[in-house]
Parts: sequence; structure tokens; C-alpha cells
Amino acid sequence: MIKHALSTRLWHWINAVAIVVLFMSGLNISNAHRYLYWGDYGFDPADAWLSVIRFPGWATLPQYYNLAMARDWHILAAWPFGIGLLFIWIAMLANGHFRRDLTTRPADWTLAAVIASVRAHAPAGDGAAHGYNPVQKILYGLVFGVLLPLMVFTGLAISPGFEPAAPWLVDLLGGRQSARSLHFLTAWGIFGFFVVHIVLALTDWRLIVEMFTGGRRNPAPTPVTATPLPDAEPTLVRGAPDHG
Amino acid sequence: MADIKRRSLLAGIAALGAGACSKVAESDAGQTLFKGAEDWHRVAHRTLGGRQGLAPEYAPADRSPTFKGNGSITVDSDFYRAQLGQGFPDWRLMIGGLVERPLALSLADIRALPQRSQITRHDCVEGWSAIGEWTGPQLSALLDAAKVREAARFIVFRCADTLYGNAYYESIDMVEAYHPQTIIAHALNGEPLPEKNGAPLRARVERQLGYKQAKYLTGIEAVASLDGIGRGKGGFWEDYAGYQWYAGV
Repeated sequence: MIKHALSTRLWHWINAVAIVVLFMSGLNISNAHRYLYWGDYGFDPADAWLSVIRFPGWATLPQYYNLAMARDWHILAAWPFGIGLLFIWIAMLANGHFRRDLTTRPADWTLAAVIASVRAHAPAGDGAAHGYNPVQKILYGLVFGVLLPLMVFTGLAISPGFEPAAPWLVDLLGGRQSARSLHFLTAWGIFGFFVVHIVLALTDWRLIVEMFTGGRRNPAPTPVTATPLPDAEPTLVRGAPDHG
Repeated sequence: MADIKRRSLLAGIAALGAGACSKVAESDAGQTLFKGAEDWHRVAHRTLGGRQGLAPEYAPADRSPTFKGNGSITVDSDFYRAQLGQGFPDWRLMIGGLVERPLALSLADIRALPQRSQITRHDCVEGWSAIGEWTGPQLSALLDAAKVREAARFIVFRCADTLYGNAYYESIDMVEAYHPQTIIAHALNGEPLPEKNGAPLRARVERQLGYKQAKYLTGIEAVASLDGIGRGKGGFWEDYAGYQWYAGV
């Protein structure tokens, strides 16, 4: 059975590009007014709850300060990001990925489950082959259920042209400047996930290859039927762990 | 060793990505894509919120204690300074272009029209917001008085101020021009417009960002096309800095 559905793989890479473009152009936009506020209004740095650093050119898109060009990229990449999120949610609900890998049971939220997850994921662990462990379920659930949608909703909320469509959204988020602050914080939350995700994926390059090819799902603790040759490479038998 | 390779690979990918991005941005296809994405936002906003959908209006207590002045904060001319001192007795707002009845309105004429007051939020493209109460006639009333011709597709705001040596101007389409909250404001928070906020007259286009809110208005012009006005992109910031013409995102 294939490990990653085609819909998952397509979305994954399109979304990866969109997120990188959005994040880097977003840092450029942040440089235009480096102060964050709570509430409806805010323009005086004295009222800011956070004075943000000036992000260096190498971290931004384009690689020098240009608000207009950064907004061009941001406005463009918002489409594949937003539509893509809607698409993957529909696909995940339809193909069982959501039910299988993202729904948790109360037992998944216990300390014991966390410890077991970390053990299984350690280099010497052996439990990584069977779907998501509780920590993965919780983290991926947080990303799909909270961070990514919040990014879309806070982005819509800070667009004055969208506001007539859903004025309640801005109120719900605590006002336009609160929505802008949440947009910034959520972006860094996604960045944090991004870093962990990439570091873990780089521990086994097969995980990355599988996100292109689809890979194969191990049906159960694989009984090795054929006797391996004494000099066989053990990693070939073990198969790639399920996820980064 | 593997780590160093991996790191230089990542740096290489990042540089390649940034280089590819600037190639895309400079290409005709890239520009078409950006413009398309901007247009889709406009269409989506108006489909979801309605062509006449209203921007939120606030209570008096929600107003910000002051209202930031940004961009041009004065007009550098003797005429302006003299008029500012006297309450703009000789200031005229010319309404022309594709209209059957060109008008030249004094501030007294503008104050004599039916007025709309709205407490709205001003969002600068940079990210900050301020809230204030604006008062003035609806632009639609002025356009109806001047009898705009069928051929008109955009309304251009002409301004007295200059930035970096070029005249400020802005433009909106007819949907935005006839929106009920699009007004020509002569007062902020019950007082005549302060100098830094565009005295004596400024546009309020409440569903768009700050750079659309043209200040120091001298003229309103109905046109069929934005070509030949300024550098043809529909506004000062659009012409000289590449800002998006649709400022609703």
C-alpha cells in the first residue's frame, strides 16, 4: 500500500514553495513597520507590545527592502497556500488520512505517550514504522487544525478589501492590529514546525524521496521471511520510518 | 564532512531560489502572474463581500487619540500656506474629464451638500492603523451632479502635493467611486482637516489601504483609461514604487 497519497505529495511540495515565499516576503513586509500592537488601531511605537528586529536581506524576498515587490510575492503565494489548504483538508477527510493519522485519543495526550513517541523516534527506536505516534498526531493536528488555518484567517482579516465579507472575523481576532500580531506569531509557529520537520526528514533521506514517489506503507511489524544473506545491509530490511 | 556538504547544498538551494525568484519577478510572465493574483483578490473580495459591502464603522470611543500623518504632510507652495492660514477661501475642487457638466466647487459648496460622517479605520500599507471620524459628501453625489458619461471607467484624484518631485495622484474604479463610504472628507473628528491629514480635502476609500486616500485634493477626473496619466499605472506609488493598484489586500 502506498504511504503518501498523490494528493498529499502534490500539496506538500506546492505548499512548501508557497510557505517559503510567504515567510520570506512576509519578513520583508514586517520591515516596513516593525511594531506590533493589540486591538483595532496602533501606529505609535510607544504603544507596541513588540518591537521586531529588522530582518536582514538574506532572509527576505526580495533580498533587499522593497515593500511593493514583497507584497507582489505575498499576494501571489497566498492563493496556492489558501486554496491548497482547503484542498488538502478535503482530500484528508476523503481518503482517511485525517481519521487514521490526525485524530487522537485521550491516551495520546499523556506523558507516557510522549515518552513512548520520543523513544520510538530515537535512532535506535523500532516503533517508527507504524503510522504516526501520539506526538506526531498532536503536532500535525496542531499544524493542520490551528496554525495553517489561522494563517489564512488572520491574513484575510488584515485585508481591508475582504473585511466587508466577514467583519466578525476581525472582531473575533480582537481587532485588526491583534490579527496582524497573530499573523506574525503564527508565521513563526509554522517556521518552528518547518525547522523540526526538515531536521527530522534529513535524518533519513528516504523520507524525502518517498514524499516524491509515494513510498510503501509497512503493513505490520514486517516478518522477515527470506533469510537475509549474512552480508546484507540491515537498513534495506528495516525500511524507512514513516514520517519526518 | 557530510554536514558541510549538506549545509553548502542548502545555501546553494537558497541562493538558487532567490535568484530564480528575481528572474520570475522581472519576466513578463511573472508580472502577468502578479497582476492576475491581485485581480483575483479584488474579484474574490467583491464576490464575497458585495460590490457595496461596507467597511466596519466604529463608535466615537474607539477612535485613536491622534491620527498619524504620513507620506506628504504639507504642500510646499506659497498659495497653500496662505490658504491654510485663511481657511481655504479660494480653494477649488475641479470635477472634470468625461462629465457633461464640469464643476468648480468651493469648500462652502462642498459643506452645503448632504454629508456623511463615518468612523473608520485607516490601514497603511506598512501595517499600522488609526481610527478617525471623517465627514464630507459622498463622491457619488459629486459625480451625479457633474453627470459622468457612460465611457468613464475610472475616477482620478488630483492632488496639490508632490513627493520626490512628482505630483501625487490616485485612481479608483467606478465600483469604488460609487461605494456609499467613498466620500470627499473636509473634516476629521469634527474639526476641519488638519494640514498633515490632507487639508482642506481628501478622499476616503474605506475598503482600501492608505495610499488610495489621496490628500490635498484639487481635482476629480473621470477617465476611460489610466494610460497617459502619470506613468499610466494609476497612482503615484503605483508609478514610482510598483505598488498594487488594487489596495484592498
